[in-house]
Amino acid sequence: MSQALKISDLTLPKAHKRSIMNIIGWGILLALLAWSWEGADMRPMALIDDAENMSQFAASFFPPDFTEWEMYLEEIIITIQIAIWGTVLAVVMSVPFGILSSENIVPWWICQPTRRLMDAARAINEMVFAMLFVVAVGLGPFAGVLALWIHTTGILAKLFSEAVEAIDPRPVEGIRATGANALHEVIFGVIPQVLPLWISFSLYRFESNVRSATVLGIVGAGGIGMLLWEYIRGFYYAETAAVILMIVATVSLLDMLSQRLRKMVT
Amino acid sequence: MSAISVQALSKTFSGNAKALKEISLTIEEGEMVALIGASGSGKSTLIRHVAGLVSGDRSSGEIRVHGNLIQRSGRIPRKVRQHRRHIGVVFQQFNLIGRLSVLTNVLMGVLGTAPAFRTIFGIFTKSEKRSALQALERVGIESHADKRADKLSGGQQQRAAIARTIVQGARVILADEPIASLDPASSRKVMDNLSRVNRDDNVTVLVSLHQVDYAIQYCPRTIAMRDGQIVFDGASDKLTPAFLQELYGAESVKLTNEEKQRETFAEAEVKPVNTPETPHGLPVGAQAKTVTPETQFVQ
Repeated sequence: MSQALKISDLTLPKAHKRSIMNIIGWGILLALLAWSWEGADMRPMALIDDAENMSQFAASFFPPDFTEWEMYLEEIIITIQIAIWGTVLAVVMSVPFGILSSENIVPWWICQPTRRLMDAARAINEMVFAMLFVVAVGLGPFAGVLALWIHTTGILAKLFSEAVEAIDPRPVEGIRATGANALHEVIFGVIPQVLPLWISFSLYRFESNVRSATVLGIVGAGGIGMLLWEYIRGFYYAETAAVILMIVATVSLLDMLSQRLRKMVT
Repeated sequence: MSAISVQALSKTFSGNAKALKEISLTIEEGEMVALIGASGSGKSTLIRHVAGLVSGDRSSGEIRVHGNLIQRSGRIPRKVRQHRRHIGVVFQQFNLIGRLSVLTNVLMGVLGTAPAFRTIFGIFTKSEKRSALQALERVGIESHADKRADKLSGGQQQRAAIARTIVQGARVILADEPIASLDPASSRKVMDNLSRVNRDDNVTVLVSLHQVDYAIQYCPRTIAMRDGQIVFDGASDKLTPAFLQELYGAESVKLTNEEKQRETFAEAEVKPVNTPETPHGLPVGAQAKTVTPETQFVQ
């Protein structure tokens, strides 16, 4: 009995504190939403006012026109190929960059600059990189590959280094104690510990890159996006619908596949 | 030339906790020495310093292993990686790479000597693999060579760690509480392995132990530490119950639950040890304060 009393005495002030934090948290969220209303041009009434317009627009998508499905498929395959190259190159680069931005492996004067470089690669959207590379290497899939490569390296290097920073330091010390060099420590002490996570992150980025690659074509960097953009601009909505459906099918299929694979490695 | 020589080693951790106070000791080649003392007395810290894994205070003297400088005045020279080849370290938590095979873990012992251009790609020669298998045979776990290291029991992992030091060709083995997380049967196997390597290969062994009976049974010489200082250094059979009580007495106040469990565990497998009546090499004023499970069994 006395113990029960004790527990409630102890938990009461804590729970009270938590509820105050809850109220403050919700308050902040509501304030943010109100603050963003104007800037985001929120006009919910437009959804109702323009309902007729929108239903007409939506109707023009049906039925989807699959007559040129072979060409769509070809472009989708190119899209996947762009994503494959962009991701693999990014993974290769992310291994050294990820390790060089891990606090527990390298001194701060290597880690901090590498991290800032990766921040920059990550902060700039792949579409922006695509536009830049189209100018640099010309229209076509290669510009897309380069864009995905740079942007994904920024993301994967961060994820990789977070995995490295969470490792158990003891096996590394075990390797160090044998007289091995620093590279040995990383190869045999660090990488075996992080490999499953690294593979999982890479597959996940591949999924995202396939999605990103479907729009790279809009800026001329190859893939199904180019076709999509032309159809939309030309008001060919039935063809647009067909392309979108094929993209949805492909992306879902690849997501399922990669999910399976990721489950296998972890 | 002595196998291990430590001169005036001091270590102050942040927060001004003095972990080691001017420790000096010499261990000759081929000796098997136990390092005992309560938890927090500085055993592990001392071993990690001798292995060159951490550096002492600037005021420290030097540490040499077989004449090779491991550290001086709190600085570890770059060449220490070369000298570490001759020092095998066995850790309490084994420090194996769990996802790699036992054989690969043992092969890590060659990293210090084999050419790096091939070992960084994980390429090992037939003779290296053979010597790793032989080492596993010596510690009696060759049948587990292909298993993942983390699938082995604690005792087997610790023996794999010993095999790694054998492959390394270490002249000195530093074992930091190698049996602290093992059951009695595995503990004995690990200690047997260590003492066999010491006897057959003339490898110097410095092993820190929590259980005094193992120190007395396996190591002719014992060094006892308390509060970062050496309070006994001599023949293990000169250890007296009164001294051991004094050594561990102070600890009984700050025993954590986990340690208590481990201690009771140690108590369960005790064997009575004969100790001489007269204390030798004991500090003056050694008095019994509290009786802990660890000291009870020697009486």
